[in-house]
Amino acid sequence: MALALAVLIWAIVLASVVLFTGEFGWFPPQISEHGDAMDAQFNLTLIVVAIGFILAQVALGYYVWRYRDRSGARAVYTHGNAKVEVATVLITAVTFVTLAIIGQRVWIDLHLEELPEDAVQVEVTAQQFAWNFRYPGPDGKFGKTVTRLINDQLNPVGLDSRDPASNDDVVTLNRMAVPVNRDIRLTLRSKDVTHSFFVPALRFKQDTTPGLAVPGHFKALKTGEYEIACAELCGLQHYKMKGFLMVMSDQEFEAWLKERAEF
Amino acid sequence: MSDSAHPAVHPAPTTFIRKWVFSTDHKIIGIQYYFLALIAVFTGLALSVLMRLRLAWPAESWPWLETIFPVGFEGGVMSPEFYLAMLTMHGTIMVFFVLTTAPQGGFGNYFLPIQIGAHDMAFPVLNMLSFWVTFLSMGVMFAAFFVAGGAPISGWTAYAPLSALGEVAGPGLGSGQDLWIISIALFCIASLLGALNFITTVLNMRTKGMSLMKMPLTVWTWFTTAILALLSFPVLLAAGILLLLDRLGGTSFFIPAGLVVSDTVIENSGGSPILWQHLFWFFGHPEVYIAILPGMGVASQLLSTFARKPIFGYHAMVIAVFAIGMLGFFVWGHHMFVSGLSPFSALVFSILTLAIGVPSAIKTFNWLGTLWGGKIRFTTAMLFAIGFVSLFVSGGITGLFLGQTSVDVQLHDTYFPVAHFHMIMGVAAIFGIFGATYYWFPKMFGRMLHEGLGKLHFWLTFAGVNAIFIPMHLMGIMGQLRRYAESTEFKFMEPLQPYQEFVTIAAFVTAAAQLLFLVNFCWGMFKGRKAGENPWEATTLEWITASPPPHDNFGGRELVVNHGAYEYGVPGAPRDYVMQTDPPLETTK
Amino acid sequence: MPVAIAPPEVEPDTERQGHVPEPGGPGGGSGSDGESGRWGDGGGRRLRPDNYQLGMWLALASISMMFIGFSSAYILGQGTNSQWRAMAAPPLVWINTGILLASSLSLELARRAVASTELKRWMTLTCLLGAAFLVGQLWLWETLTRQGIYLSGNPHSSFFYLLTGVHGVHLLGGVAGLATLTARAWCSAGRVPARASLNVTALYWHFMDGLWIYLLVMLFFWR
Repeated sequence: MALALAVLIWAIVLASVVLFTGEFGWFPPQISEHGDAMDAQFNLTLIVVAIGFILAQVALGYYVWRYRDRSGARAVYTHGNAKVEVATVLITAVTFVTLAIIGQRVWIDLHLEELPEDAVQVEVTAQQFAWNFRYPGPDGKFGKTVTRLINDQLNPVGLDSRDPASNDDVVTLNRMAVPVNRDIRLTLRSKDVTHSFFVPALRFKQDTTPGLAVPGHFKALKTGEYEIACAELCGLQHYKMKGFLMVMSDQEFEAWLKERAEF
Repeated sequence: MSDSAHPAVHPAPTTFIRKWVFSTDHKIIGIQYYFLALIAVFTGLALSVLMRLRLAWPAESWPWLETIFPVGFEGGVMSPEFYLAMLTMHGTIMVFFVLTTAPQGGFGNYFLPIQIGAHDMAFPVLNMLSFWVTFLSMGVMFAAFFVAGGAPISGWTAYAPLSALGEVAGPGLGSGQDLWIISIALFCIASLLGALNFITTVLNMRTKGMSLMKMPLTVWTWFTTAILALLSFPVLLAAGILLLLDRLGGTSFFIPAGLVVSDTVIENSGGSPILWQHLFWFFGHPEVYIAILPGMGVASQLLSTFARKPIFGYHAMVIAVFAIGMLGFFVWGHHMFVSGLSPFSALVFSILTLAIGVPSAIKTFNWLGTLWGGKIRFTTAMLFAIGFVSLFVSGGITGLFLGQTSVDVQLHDTYFPVAHFHMIMGVAAIFGIFGATYYWFPKMFGRMLHEGLGKLHFWLTFAGVNAIFIPMHLMGIMGQLRRYAESTEFKFMEPLQPYQEFVTIAAFVTAAAQLLFLVNFCWGMFKGRKAGENPWEATTLEWITASPPPHDNFGGRELVVNHGAYEYGVPGAPRDYVMQTDPPLETTK
Repeated sequence: MPVAIAPPEVEPDTERQGHVPEPGGPGGGSGSDGESGRWGDGGGRRLRPDNYQLGMWLALASISMMFIGFSSAYILGQGTNSQWRAMAAPPLVWINTGILLASSLSLELARRAVASTELKRWMTLTCLLGAAFLVGQLWLWETLTRQGIYLSGNPHSSFFYLLTGVHGVHLLGGVAGLATLTARAWCSAGRVPARASLNVTALYWHFMDGLWIYLLVMLFFWR
C-alpha cells in the first residue's frame, strides 16, 4: 500500500514534468514587443514552481513509503521545531516576494509606458458577438458617436455625421489591420456587456468594460493574420466571437485603410 | 430568544418531526447538511459530465439524451445555452451547496461542539434555522432549471451587466437569473446565522481545561472559516440586493449609460460594472478559503492520527490558518488584473497574493513534518488526507503564476485558472470531505465503511483527478479559453481537441468511481461492521463517547481536558495515544 | 428568560498539571504553552461574555460589513458618476431622526428603571417611538415619490431608497424584538423581565440608531 501510493505520487510528478517540457504543446508563437519578457517571466516562475512541486511531492511519496507502519517502536515524539518554521517562512517569503517584484517590470511596461505621438490609434468596440474597429482617418481624430444612432447593420458604433471629424472615420467589422513594428494605441469599449479582447499571439488581453474606455497598447513585430478571441463570458455565442488581427507593412496598411474609407 | 444559553437543558425530542426534521440537535443538523451536500454534489457532478461530453465531441448527436432533456438536446446535440446554463449551475451548486455546506455546515456542525466538549451549539434554534434557510435556498436554486428560459447563463460569477440586463442579453437571464440571486441572498443569510453560531460556540462553550491552544486544528479551521463567512457573506448579500434592484427596481448600480444590446437602447445610466466585480470578489476570494480551510484542518487531524505522531508545529499551523484567512481579505483584486483595474493597485494585490504562498508553504512543510518519523497506518481516511496534501501542493503552487500581474494576462480566463481552482478549492476540498467522511462515518452512524471499497474509491479518484486537471493546465497554456461551449471555432484551439477527449474520458472514469462511494455509504449505513467508541485510537473528545453520541453528546458527563489535541506516541504513556481527557501523566517534571 | 448564568464555581487549575515537557520548539499544545488568562484559563465558565451579548456583537459586525459594501458602492458612484445629483435633506428626515434618538433615550431609561412598572412604561414608549420612526420613514418615501423622486431615478435617490429601506428592515426586526419583550413584561405580572435579553436588544437598537446617523451624514453631508 505504502509503496503503491509512493509510486503513484512519483508517477504523477514524472508525468507532470514530461507534460511541461513543451513537447506536448505550449504557448502559441508570440509576435509582440513585450511578449518575450512575459514568456520569460512565465519560464522563471515555472522553474520556481517546478522546484517546489518536485521537492514537496517527492518528499511526500518518500515519507509515505519510508514511515509506513512497521511493528516496533513508537513514532518519533516531537511537536516541531521553531527554527525550521522560521527558516521556511524566510525562504518562501523572500522567493515569492522577489518573484512578484520581478514580474511587475513587464506589467509596468505594459501599462505605464509613454507612447510616441505617431502611434496608430484604433478603437475597439465589442458587442454581442462581434468586434468593431474604428480608425480615426486622415484627421487623426475620432469623431463623435451617439448611442441613439447605433444600428448593427448601418452604423455599428453610432457615428454622428454632423461632426466633421466623424466623416473620415473608418469602421470595420471583425477585421483589424495594423502596421508592423509600429506602436498601436488601443481604446477598448463595449456596447453591451463585458467582453475581453484577447490576441494569444500578442500576449495581449484586456477586458472591454461597458461604460469605460480602457487604454491599451502593443507593437506587433511579425506580419501575418492572427485570431482575436473573446475571453470574458458575454452570452450565448461567446465561443464564436472571433476577429482577425492582420499585421501588415506600412504601405499595405495605408492601402487597406484607403480601400475601406472609399467603401 | 427563547433558546437556552445552556443547551444541556434542552431535552431529547420525542416526536419524529422534532427529532429528524426540525431538530435543534447539532448532530442531526450536521447530518442534514451533509445529505443536502450529497444531493448537490451528485447533481453538480452530473452537470459536469454532460459539459465534458459536449466539449469532447461537440458535433456528435446523442438521441437518447434528447429524450431526457428535450429542450437542451434538441436534435440530440446540446445547445450552447444549455451548456452555459449547466456551467453556471455546476459552479454555483458546487461552490455554495457543496464546498461551503459540507465541510462547515456538515462536519463543523456535527463535530465542533463535540470536539470542544460542549453539549450543543450556543444557539440551537438559530442552527436549525440556518439549515432550513440553506435548504430553501437550494430549492430556489434548483427551481431556476425549470422556469421559462431555463437557468442563467452568466456563470457563477454573474458578471454585471450581463446578469443585470434581463432576457435581452441572452436566454436564462430572465426569471432564471432572478431566482439565482434570491437563492444566493438566502444562502448568505443562512451562512451568517451559522457563522455567528460557530464563533460564539468556540469562544463560549468550551469545556473545562479546553484552552484555545488545546483545541484540535479542525476546530481552529472551522472557527477561522466562520470569521471569514461572517465578514464576507454580508458583502455578497449587499451585491445581490443591488443586482436585484437593478433588474427589478429600475436602478442603475451596475448598468452604465449608453448601452445598446442587440440594437435595443438601454435607458439606464450611471452604474459601474467594475463595482460588481469588486463586491463579488471581496466575497469570492475569502470564499475560496471558506471551502479549503476546513479541509486543511481535517488533513492535519488525520495525518496526526494515522501517523501516530503529534502534529508538527501546532502553533505555526494555527498562525498559518489565521494568516491565510486574514490575507484572503486583501487579495480580491487578483481576479481583476485585466478588468480595467488601476495598474498601481494591481501591483499591490499581486504582492499580497504571493504572500499567501508563505503560510501555505508552512502548512505543507508541517504536514510533511508530521509524516516524518511516523508509523503510518494506511486507512482509507489517511489515503485521502495524503491525497489532500498532494493536491494542495499541485493546486496551490500554480497560484504563483496567476498571482503575478504580467503572467496572468495571458493565462486569465483560460483553462489554466480553471485547472488551478478545481485542483485547490475543488478536488482538494473534496478530498478533505472524503477523508472526513471515512474518518467520522463510524462516529456519525455507528458503523464502519468498507475499507477495501473505500481504498478502490481512493485509487481511482486520486489518479482520475490528476489525469483530468494536470493536462488542463497545459490546455490553458496553449490558449484554451474557459466557458467556451466548444473550441472548434478557433484555429489556435484546434490542436486541443485530443486533450479535450482525454480529459473527458478521465472525467467519466472519475465520476463513475464516485458511485463506489455511494454504494459504500449506503452499505455502511445499514450493513457496516459495528463501530466501537474509538475505532481509530484517536485522542480528541468525539472518541470518548458512544458511536453515535447520545443527545447531549457525553451522557451527562462534564469533561475535563488535560492534554493537547494530538498526543500520540508519548514516551512513558501506557498506550501510544493519550486522549485529551486522560488524567495527567505521572512522569511530569 | 432561561438565560443561565453559570455559577461562579472555583475550578481546579488543570492547566498547570501538564505532562511531558516539550522537547523544544513550539509546543503541540500540552501543558507548557503558557496560555492563560483571557478566555478563562482553559475555558471554565468564568470570565465569558454572555452568549447573547457575543452573538449580537458578531451579528452587528456582519451588518456593518453589509453597510460597508453599500457605502463603498455609494462612494464609488459619487466619485465617478456624471449623472449624480444629490438631493437636499427633506425636512421630515429631521423629525424622524429626533424620534429615533428619543427612542434610544427612552430605552436607556427603561434599562435604568428599578421598578418594574416604570420599566414597562418606558419600554412601551420605546416601541411606540420605534414604530413612529418607521411610519415616518414610509411617509418620507411617500412625500418624495409625490415630488417625482423615485428609486429608479437619479443614482443618489436610488441609494437613498436603498439605504433607508435596508435600515428600515433591520429596525423593523428591532421593533419586533422590543415588542416581544414589552409584551412579555406586561404579561409576567410583577416579575422583572430578563435583563440579559433587554441588554442585547438595547445594544442592537442603539447600533441601529448610530447606523442611521451615519447614513444621514453620508447621504446628505458627505460631499
